[in-house]
Amino acid sequence: MQSIGDALGLAFALVFSGDPDLLEIVLLSLRVSLTATALACLIGFPIGALVAIGRFPGRNAVLVFMNALMGLPPVVVGLMVYLHLSRSGPLGFLGLLYTPTAMIIAQIILIAPIVAALSRQVLEDLHSEYAEQFRSLCLTRLQTVQALLWDARYSLLTVGLAGFGRAVAEVGAVIIVGGNIDHLTRVMTTAIALETSKGDLALALALGIILLVIALGVNAAVQSVRMTATRQAYV
Amino acid sequence: MRMQDVVLRFDADAVLKGVTMDLDVQGCTVIMGPNGAGKSLLLKLMHGLMAPTSGQIMWGAKAPSDVMSRQALVLQKPVLLRRSVAANIDFVLKARGKDIGLRDGLLEHVGLLHKATQPARLLSGGEAQRLSLARALATEPEVLFLDEPTASLDPASVLAIERIVSDARSRGVRIVWVTHDIGQARRMADDVVFLQAGQVAEHSAAAAFFSEPRSQAARDYLDGRIVF
Repeated sequence: MQSIGDALGLAFALVFSGDPDLLEIVLLSLRVSLTATALACLIGFPIGALVAIGRFPGRNAVLVFMNALMGLPPVVVGLMVYLHLSRSGPLGFLGLLYTPTAMIIAQIILIAPIVAALSRQVLEDLHSEYAEQFRSLCLTRLQTVQALLWDARYSLLTVGLAGFGRAVAEVGAVIIVGGNIDHLTRVMTTAIALETSKGDLALALALGIILLVIALGVNAAVQSVRMTATRQAYV
Repeated sequence: MRMQDVVLRFDADAVLKGVTMDLDVQGCTVIMGPNGAGKSLLLKLMHGLMAPTSGQIMWGAKAPSDVMSRQALVLQKPVLLRRSVAANIDFVLKARGKDIGLRDGLLEHVGLLHKATQPARLLSGGEAQRLSLARALATEPEVLFLDEPTASLDPASVLAIERIVSDARSRGVRIVWVTHDIGQARRMADDVVFLQAGQVAEHSAAAAFFSEPRSQAARDYLDGRIVF
């Protein structure tokens, strides 16, 4: 067990040395979480838009359900995906368990509801502003959804960021379906958990630092884009 | 357009109470009246954005919802997309399956071609309303509804918008214009519908309305007295 000071020193040395193992873990984390976020947005944005503009029986129940799904426990999601992908499960024949694809699936299930619920709120607010003009223009539902998604693009970027934040920081689901296998499914969060339990705080801290830098970097980039958009009154 | 005994209720409150009137095929009808008289609601009923609680509105033999695509609406507060000036026009042209090449002509017509690449929501109030008008004209409407489009605009912007609308009228577009501005009504109206408390107090040719209003409410309104 190292002291925090020693561990931090070793952690920074690892970060700046470009350690290949560390790099592999970081790149896999980014690949899994960015892919999951992109796919969750592809699923969540249209669902959010359709619920935002739709008026149908049971809509309130759908809203409650969508909001409830935002709080899905990751380990439960991991367990459900595990049961489906395990050899005896209905999708076992795909052989996806303990692969990055399984981790992406679990993260999509976790963050798609977040993306859908948050985008629904964003798009509903925008639609209340546009609705009368759009009706007057006799837009189809598809044209309305397309216009809302495009005009809310900067707000939806923040929604996507919220999804990415959840995905990249998630550990419970990916450790169940990924197995935390070295050089195959080990990502930053699962590696931090493992290395901490082993007492190798340097690697855990190094990964923690990188995780924080990624979170800060992505936030800064999105904030910069939003500020530019705000100056142009596109938000 | 024929409107027959149209009633509009919100819960138990009737905001339009048996409105009956006809509009000719051509010209500019100005709808006037005090705040809360139901002018904007009447406009939305005509356009088909709302359905009356009872009564009938027909454009020829068709219901408003059937002819909405041949009409356009400009609101008091322009609703502009979060895009460039040009993209706002492109959006409507594409949605209506029209040639994008019409865009520059439309922008030039409303004096905004030099601002084509600028963000639409950074335009001044007058410019934004001209863009809104250009977008409405991009649909090549047979009827153009204007809901106080010049309220709170500077005189130059008001003049610009009146010129654009006059030009549209001269090309055969039917204009239905809600305004509080008596001077504007005098300049633009062929006929005036005066609404008071959800009822048509008077519908007359503009010249007759301004020279000899028949209703006491219209006389009071034109004299600058407060009308309830």
